Amino acid sequence: MKQRGYHGQFGGAYVPEILTATFDELEAAFESARQDPTFWAEFEALMGSYSCRPTPISFAENLSRQLGGARIYIKREDLNHTGAHKANNVMGQGLLVKRMGKKRVIAETGAGQHGVATATMAAKMGLECTIYMGAVDVARQRPNVFWMEQMGAKVVPVTEGSQTLKDAINEAFRDWVTNMDTTHYALGTACGPYPFPDMVTYFQSIIGKEARAQILGITGKLPRRVYACVGGGSNAMGIFSGFMDDADVELVGVEAGGHGLDSGLHAARLASRDASIGVAQGYKTYFLQSPDGQMNETHSVAAGLDYVGVSPILAHLHETGRVRFEAATDAEVVAALKTTIRNEGLIPALESSHAFAQAFKEAPHLSPDDAILINQSGRGDKDIFTVADAFGDPKWEQFIIDKARAYAQKQQG
Amino acid sequence: MLEDYLKRRKEERGMLLMTHIVMGYPDFDTSSRLVEEMVKAGVDLMELQIPFSEPIADGPVILHANQRALEAGSTVERCLAFAGEVTKRFDIPFLFMSYYNILYKYGVAAFVARMKALGLAGAIVPDLPPEEGHDYLEEMAKQSQSPIFIYSPNTSPARLRYLAEHGRGFVYCVARKGVTGSNTSFSKELDGYLDRCRAATNLPLAVGFGVKSKDDVDFLRGKADIAVVGTQTIRIVEDKGVEGVYPFIRGLRENG
Repeated sequence: MKQRGYHGQFGGAYVPEILTATFDELEAAFESARQDPTFWAEFEALMGSYSCRPTPISFAENLSRQLGGARIYIKREDLNHTGAHKANNVMGQGLLVKRMGKKRVIAETGAGQHGVATATMAAKMGLECTIYMGAVDVARQRPNVFWMEQMGAKVVPVTEGSQTLKDAINEAFRDWVTNMDTTHYALGTACGPYPFPDMVTYFQSIIGKEARAQILGITGKLPRRVYACVGGGSNAMGIFSGFMDDADVELVGVEAGGHGLDSGLHAARLASRDASIGVAQGYKTYFLQSPDGQMNETHSVAAGLDYVGVSPILAHLHETGRVRFEAATDAEVVAALKTTIRNEGLIPALESSHAFAQAFKEAPHLSPDDAILINQSGRGDKDIFTVADAFGDPKWEQFIIDKARAYAQKQQG
Repeated sequence: MLEDYLKRRKEERGMLLMTHIVMGYPDFDTSSRLVEEMVKAGVDLMELQIPFSEPIADGPVILHANQRALEAGSTVERCLAFAGEVTKRFDIPFLFMSYYNILYKYGVAAFVARMKALGLAGAIVPDLPPEEGHDYLEEMAKQSQSPIFIYSPNTSPARLRYLAEHGRGFVYCVARKGVTGSNTSFSKELDGYLDRCRAATNLPLAVGFGVKSKDDVDFLRGKADIAVVGTQTIRIVEDKGVEGVYPFIRGLRENG
């Protein structure tokens, strides 16, 4: 018996029999692409012409001065086309879809960034596209739903379960088992059955490859610490992979602390003691689950981080101690976002702001000789409704009230 | 052994019927009455599903039943106790159907030992291929429990044989691509697939996914050993109540 895709005790491919042949096909396509040197070159060229790569590293001079301690550098994945690192993975998978000759892609999305990225890829590559999204997420991420629909994607709100990302993933699997002959499931993060964790990490490793060379060029040495937020873990795997062999670089993954680790309302799988090892959604990792093995509901101010599992690769790096996991609460994240906007004119996504929040806690304790690197995995424009609520901005509220009134009058008229 | 029972029963009754319930949906009292009605109507074996929050191989109807059962307080312990009660009351084989995490969290060895103690005959775990199921297969063999594996229309001939080597009792042939509860076309295409299944194993063949009428069951006669009715009984209960189950199951049988 051949087990595949394990990282320590985590990973595997726990898939229904109907998908076995499809996973074999995907694995073969991925392996052949990975061993083909022209494939990565094609991927880099596409990302260069279509997605503003290489994304720069910005020195956060004002924040560094204000916080004291380490100099803060920011890897600007928010500058990717569609506003997040998600573009790396979907464009890579898009190239694979072409190699496999399939005509349709499906995807799940939490915050909507992966959905927008997939819809974009489908529009560019001429593929039919369906996006599954929890109904709760549809409600809180309407701007992203709007763009997906404009790009020709069908957005299906999932009304089962907690109506968030994990339920969207289950629905995408249901679609896939029916339509796998024509359809590729562009999974959005470094989770799920093998080969997804490895494949998504492979495409996201473009972040780490660039970042390592760039920071060496700018500062002449490696950073002391690298911070990334962790939902499923794809941006973290992307940037961390560039520094994995640099033992002196500490890698810090920041999960959603929600209302606090004692509240039960969070999505910290590795930074809390609330998660345990299990098998769901096709792979083995740490899940937030009941003693019976039922998945719990999770909470985060950031829709993209409230996932119940975590990349099996990160679970392994947690056990081996290579990555340190922390959690930032919703309140800390909103404060960090405010600070970043005000001091640097940068608007990180709420997801990315988790990494900022943790870096801000730690930077003052380091020396000015140290550089730290934060992965700004996405831009925050999409979060304007959530952020305006969190900031309690009265002018924004008035704007929404006026807008709603105008729409209501239009409907009545 | 399950296999012997099925072969003997097949000789007596021709085409066999397997039904499915989600334990605790809509509540345990109803589950109990359902089992009673199904046995009275003459089903030959039954799947008892332990609900799971992420049933990725199930379609909307059974997914919904899983979630409602969990909301209504169906726990693994309660399901195990329920299974123990029905195996005592009724003289047909019962199988567990659930997802691997339920076994994993309970402890695979402890779970399988409990199955044996409760009088179960085997289990269907759709997200556990033999490649990942080494511990499970070892424990199932130790406790004389039948691990049921699944064939699908796109399973290669080599893999059909591989799955048969690890399965006991019977093989569950999924009639089409997709999840439970959609329409299946019972056609020539299905014939070719069932021929491939038959060529790969001597185990009895059960066919499920989309079986919902006497015509479907008749189509399978001579080609398969067991017709599996899952989603349709849930629909019947929802439309007509528990009382609808007996006439429905009787209607699937040879003489109506």
